[in-house]
Amino acid sequence: MNKFPTWRYFVIIAVLMLGILYALPNLYPAQPAIQVAYTDSSKSADQSLLNTIREEIAKQDIKISEINLKNNNIVAQFSSVEDQLVAKTALQKALLDKVIVALKLEPTTPEWLASIGGRPLKLGLDLSGGVHFLLEVDVETALGDKVDGLLNSYRKKFRAENINYISSSISGEQVTFKFKSNEDYEKALDIFLTDTLTPTGFQFDLVEQSNISTLKVSYSDTAIKELRDYAVKQNLMTLRNRVNELGVSEPVVQRQGANRIVVELPGVQDTAAAKKIIGKTANLEFRLEAKSNASRLRKTEFEYKDERYGTAFLENDVIVTGDRVTNANTGFDESGFAQVNITLDMQGGRAMQRATNGNVGRRLGVLFVEQKSKSTLVIDEFGNEVIEQTSYIEKNIINLATVQAVLGTNFRITGVGSPQEASELALLLRAGALAAPMKFVEERTVGPSLGKENIELGMRSVMIGFLMVILFMGFYYRLFGLAANVALASNLVLITGIMSLLGATLTLPGIAGIVLTVGMAVDANVLIFSRIREELKGGKNPHQAIQDGFSRAFITIFDANVTTLIAALILYAIGTGPIKGFAVTLSIGIITSMFTAIMGTRAIVQLIYGSRNIKELRV
Amino acid sequence: MNINFMRFRKIAITISLILFVGSIGSIFMKGLSLGLDFSGGTLVEIQYEDSVDLSEIRAVLSENGYEDFQVVNFGSSLDVLIKIADQPGNSSLGDQIFALLSSNNFEGELKRIEFVGPQIGSELRDQGGLGMLVALGMILLYVAFRFQYKFALGAVAALGHDVVIILGLFSIFAWDFDLSVLAALLAVIGYSLNDSIVVSDRIRENFRSERALGSEDLINLSLNQTLSRTVITSLTTLLVLFALFFFGGDAVRGFSLGLIIGVLIGTYSSLYIVTTILISLNLSQEDMAVPDVEGAEFDDMP
Repeated sequence: MNKFPTWRYFVIIAVLMLGILYALPNLYPAQPAIQVAYTDSSKSADQSLLNTIREEIAKQDIKISEINLKNNNIVAQFSSVEDQLVAKTALQKALLDKVIVALKLEPTTPEWLASIGGRPLKLGLDLSGGVHFLLEVDVETALGDKVDGLLNSYRKKFRAENINYISSSISGEQVTFKFKSNEDYEKALDIFLTDTLTPTGFQFDLVEQSNISTLKVSYSDTAIKELRDYAVKQNLMTLRNRVNELGVSEPVVQRQGANRIVVELPGVQDTAAAKKIIGKTANLEFRLEAKSNASRLRKTEFEYKDERYGTAFLENDVIVTGDRVTNANTGFDESGFAQVNITLDMQGGRAMQRATNGNVGRRLGVLFVEQKSKSTLVIDEFGNEVIEQTSYIEKNIINLATVQAVLGTNFRITGVGSPQEASELALLLRAGALAAPMKFVEERTVGPSLGKENIELGMRSVMIGFLMVILFMGFYYRLFGLAANVALASNLVLITGIMSLLGATLTLPGIAGIVLTVGMAVDANVLIFSRIREELKGGKNPHQAIQDGFSRAFITIFDANVTTLIAALILYAIGTGPIKGFAVTLSIGIITSMFTAIMGTRAIVQLIYGSRNIKELRV
Repeated sequence: MNINFMRFRKIAITISLILFVGSIGSIFMKGLSLGLDFSGGTLVEIQYEDSVDLSEIRAVLSENGYEDFQVVNFGSSLDVLIKIADQPGNSSLGDQIFALLSSNNFEGELKRIEFVGPQIGSELRDQGGLGMLVALGMILLYVAFRFQYKFALGAVAALGHDVVIILGLFSIFAWDFDLSVLAALLAVIGYSLNDSIVVSDRIRENFRSERALGSEDLINLSLNQTLSRTVITSLTTLLVLFALFFFGGDAVRGFSLGLIIGVLIGTYSSLYIVTTILISLNLSQEDMAVPDVEGAEFDDMP
């Protein structure tokens, strides 16, 4: 008799059950839904908004199948896409720009499944339709600005401290000062070493030549890395805020590599509009408050961003704009109140100095400038009501503070309220303008019809391939073929279950990977069965032949699969988007197929032949 | 079944050499017709309800100052694919073209726009080439570690043979070579190796147990013993690949084509290339001196 420990059956059954459990959410079809959020991201959706939505949709004579409050959004589900669209238009018309309405497909995973982490497979953009952008952050420009700012601040400092230098220059990330005397050099070095303004991570390099001391200051490699990192992170944050405005249900904004950012917007079709919003430049303006007797022509009334404060008049002259802000962070003043420290670049500092000179005691305003779009209801040429998008520029005051002294490149704003408010202001100052310019380096748009077509074609080829292999195996190996086929079917279930559990994304090449796995997975069984045949031919009794066939084929199967796995892992490392999907399904498929083809088939063969006394074995 | 494979060794190697040299020649002279992923540029696919005249679309594009573009049907006569090469950095080109055609009586449904910046294209090229080399290197190491260096050389020679000939065919027939074909190529490496290992494994086993036969006879014996497995696995894999080729749509056609060719060549190379290398390196019984411990280790596994 063959030995096959009972615990192995339990392992196989347990794994298979888990596979089925986590593959299950894919059987519940997603329902068309709309997701509603307040345009103002600081406001979160509440019961009153939910009630409003209910009322507005009720007017349209359509039924909401479910409506919920979920992470600051309201999600309403409908039984058909038509209802979904009617509801979207109705809400947009009724609430206009107060809310952002996004279309989405809401999974209908039962609660008990969701509570154990069950969720349907995520579809890649090539299957769901949507747009993929790859943006590159120009970190070199951002770095250059920083070095400029540095040079400038030390020039000023040296002048103030009466340190004489012959020349100052920038090459790359290096600032060079030449001093006439060693004394000046020592004093300058002292400033560099003790000054709190000097960012950490500097390298000093002294060259003395014919009585001229040269001080070369450059950022250390770590500091440069941090500065670049900072620029990318800053842009990432700005992009996240902007993407939220687009009303996309599940956007992805992710950093890729050192200086790139991936933006994926499922379902978005109007790429031109999306690009405009993503690439737009919000800005800041520093202006003095207008004197009360200033003429109407020289001042403008602006609203505060925080509506509680009402409005104020600012001069029409702009002192500096936000792109001159090189850094802004929060700190505390002498009496422990929150403040915002602002650093301007050289040019900005000079302009600020000129403007504040002689204006101490007046108030300085910070204006936040945003390009926004507005929807309005208009009647088109056919007499239909349509929603039209127009873009406009909005300027709000985010801060108005009294000038205490003549300002330069570095100054602070005090009296900004709580530490939290201070950090929000610092964020706006930093994020208002992008930390570094960006450009689009890759774009892929997939229309919804192509996405749907891709899913259908992909699924069809999986089914056809699967059926052909099953027929072939059943026909060629009979009973053993049946065992292999059961293993193959379990393999598909396991791949689906594991991918769903891991939250892996299914792409079209991913489906191709599954198809390929189906074809290659039977290889393990073919190897085993051929081996059993040989062992039988060699004169072994059936039980022994089965036993030896399985164990001797194992090494070969193992070696062959490990090498394919190596290829798949490399593919994962070099591939992007959809190709990564192929590598993922291929890798998972290799591992699950080893399990099902070896353990699974063995168990089935054991169930069929294990306790029987076999006289003749047909393989 | 007993086929004397080694008898046809010389003919097979001659054919392989011709194909190999021809492929290299074509790759260097003609180059690969690089897909958008590697060449960079912009691609727009539009579906129309009725078939449209491609030359009219071309005329609209030229009149509006576009240069260096291709307009072809894709999949069916209703699908039009417009490819514009080398427009450094201009990511809005796709939107512009779609808008332009829509306003010139070519209103259709936008199926996709792809834009790959020139820098990304060259990066993907480098990454792809590097990935391929790393894959070959790591596999060489693994096989050398698990078997013996002569097998490793045989397996890698077979892989190189397969990869070069597939690339050669893509070059000769000017089929689009994009990221998905590269993925297919790496999958072929995995697959072809699979075959080589199964054959090598059997050769090793026979060299250890059947001491009476000569090298050529032993290899022949091994090939015959693994033949039914080789054929059946290739067959099932080809079955699914043909399903993918015919029913998977245009997007995976290049991928499945690459794999179909790869499986055919890979099967052949595991029969002839690996074995020829082994014979020419004088594989002998001494090379197998390691006692058969692996088998013992795993005996109780499944």
